[in-house]
Amino acid sequence: MSSVIYLAWRYLAHHPVKTTILVLSIMLIVYLPVGLRVLVNQSEDELTTRAEATPLVIGAKGSPLELVLNSLYFESDVPTPMRHAEVIRVAESGKALAIPLYTRFRARTHPIVGTSLDYFAFRGLRVVEGRNLAVLGECVVGAGVAESADVGPGDAIISSPENVFDLAGVYPLKMKVVGVLERSHTPDDRVIFVDLKTAWVIEGLGHGHQDLSKPEASSQVLRREGNTYVGNAAVVQYNEITEDNIESFHFHGDTGEFPVTAVIVVPDDDKSSAILQGRYVSQDEVVQIVEPTGVMKELLATILTVQSYVVAAVVVIGLSTLATAVLVFLLSLRLRRREIATMMKIGGSKSYVIGILASEILVVVTAAVVFAGGLTFLTAKFGSAIIRALILS
Amino acid sequence: MITVSKLDFKYPEGEFRLCIAELVIERASTVAFIGPSGTGKTTLLNIIAGIVSAPAGRVVTNGVDVSALNDRARREFRIKNIGLVFQEFELLSYLDVLDNILLPYRINPAMRLTKQVRTRAVELATEVGIGDKLRRNADLLSQGERQRVAVCRSLLPEPALILADEPTGNLDPANKDRVLDIVFDYVTGHDTTLVTVTHDHALLGRFERVIEFSDFHTGSDGDGGREVEP
Repeated sequence: MSSVIYLAWRYLAHHPVKTTILVLSIMLIVYLPVGLRVLVNQSEDELTTRAEATPLVIGAKGSPLELVLNSLYFESDVPTPMRHAEVIRVAESGKALAIPLYTRFRARTHPIVGTSLDYFAFRGLRVVEGRNLAVLGECVVGAGVAESADVGPGDAIISSPENVFDLAGVYPLKMKVVGVLERSHTPDDRVIFVDLKTAWVIEGLGHGHQDLSKPEASSQVLRREGNTYVGNAAVVQYNEITEDNIESFHFHGDTGEFPVTAVIVVPDDDKSSAILQGRYVSQDEVVQIVEPTGVMKELLATILTVQSYVVAAVVVIGLSTLATAVLVFLLSLRLRRREIATMMKIGGSKSYVIGILASEILVVVTAAVVFAGGLTFLTAKFGSAIIRALILS
Repeated sequence: MITVSKLDFKYPEGEFRLCIAELVIERASTVAFIGPSGTGKTTLLNIIAGIVSAPAGRVVTNGVDVSALNDRARREFRIKNIGLVFQEFELLSYLDVLDNILLPYRINPAMRLTKQVRTRAVELATEVGIGDKLRRNADLLSQGERQRVAVCRSLLPEPALILADEPTGNLDPANKDRVLDIVFDYVTGHDTTLVTVTHDHALLGRFERVIEFSDFHTGSDGDGGREVEP
């Protein structure tokens, strides 16, 4: 039988273009439905696991899906901000833990998430290198950020300006990396975590600058009204928070009015959850409370509907591709009639000659299945990331 | 070596008919079939080889009644006992020279491809002057080289009978002589019978017997073709 396979292989190797096209065609027929199924299963697991671990989310009224995707994955469009007072409202209800999230900013491709220390305990995130956030201007990075940006405790990360042409926009803030989180294989791996107040500093709501009351700053004073100094345009604002200048950082206005994009609500019990949800059903409410599990189920239902259409299309394409492959093979048989006749004339065994042709099909199909298996493996390995990128982009 | 008796062959379609009352070809002889196209020369080679079977008559080749064998047995008999050489060489374009020569040993389980067979294949190729082209693909060879490969393929199993259908029909004079020299040298040295179909009367002097076929296909009494002087 080795001779049969050898001759089949020689024929296929002599026609690399035809063989490659056949292998790719059959590979797609096998891979598309299987890979799609794996992808959907992966996305289902991926999306529901994180959603199930997040009881409730409060955010400004708008798309619940956008709110949940941004609060859980930090990748979707940033939802309309709401007042920080909503965080205080939940916390003061005494029925739940309120964890604020402010996700507006990024450092290159990584989201900067302003939050509280409760977030780390809630998600079970552990600092494996350095320490956790302690003072303004510090950040803790996920394992993925540490790896891709090659940063660790003692290094610095600079927030990205939102628009290079917006001169009046947000100024970049140089943040000190104080810790690296243990890899969690969740979106948290790709995040730069800062204290909520540090996020507000990036926003420009808090800032630090030279003390205008000191004699050396006299050239930067525009006017003085009693104990109040009004600086001119030459006042130096700090774009890095250090031990020397941290005292000069301050916030203007009521922090209750400052923005957050969402609040993760962790109710004490089911009753508290029900009461809290009831408080946000009023039409007058400017915020909404959503259950991420429900939102994700709706999304998955949509994905499954789309999947059934895609599978139907794939089956049709697969059948036509298969028909083409069969046609190519039959045409090839016609072209090889003389070669087959020669083998028969010389005295070739019928079973061997048929075996050679069958082996060619077998080798092509085996190669296609192996490649399809490899692709399915890659899909299983990177499926979560792919589906997240597809959904969130 | 070959005995054809009371043969009456007719293709299902068409007027062609081949009738041979008696034809005997002795062992180790060299015979040429000549005659106009359509007189049954190639058909008789195919019947002797067992490629086609005649509904009436008896064909005994190398002591075996080929006409009594079933298809499978005829194939096995053919691959072991008969070397076939074709006018169009009939090499497999996707195989190199060595693999083409070894082809009979790869397409029938009755033939065992051993190290000795491989060595003999290389020796044969070297003898006919293509030893340096063993790994060259068949479609990259000249006409003369291709026919030499085809001859090597037919000689490798050391057949008792070589059936050649216009083996020099597509060759220039120099290659024609070279290929015939190879075949005749082998036949002489191995006590092998050679039956060749040819239209080239200039070659007839090389053969011991020449049989004119013009009468076989129309002869209603099937009294055979005419022997002519080589």
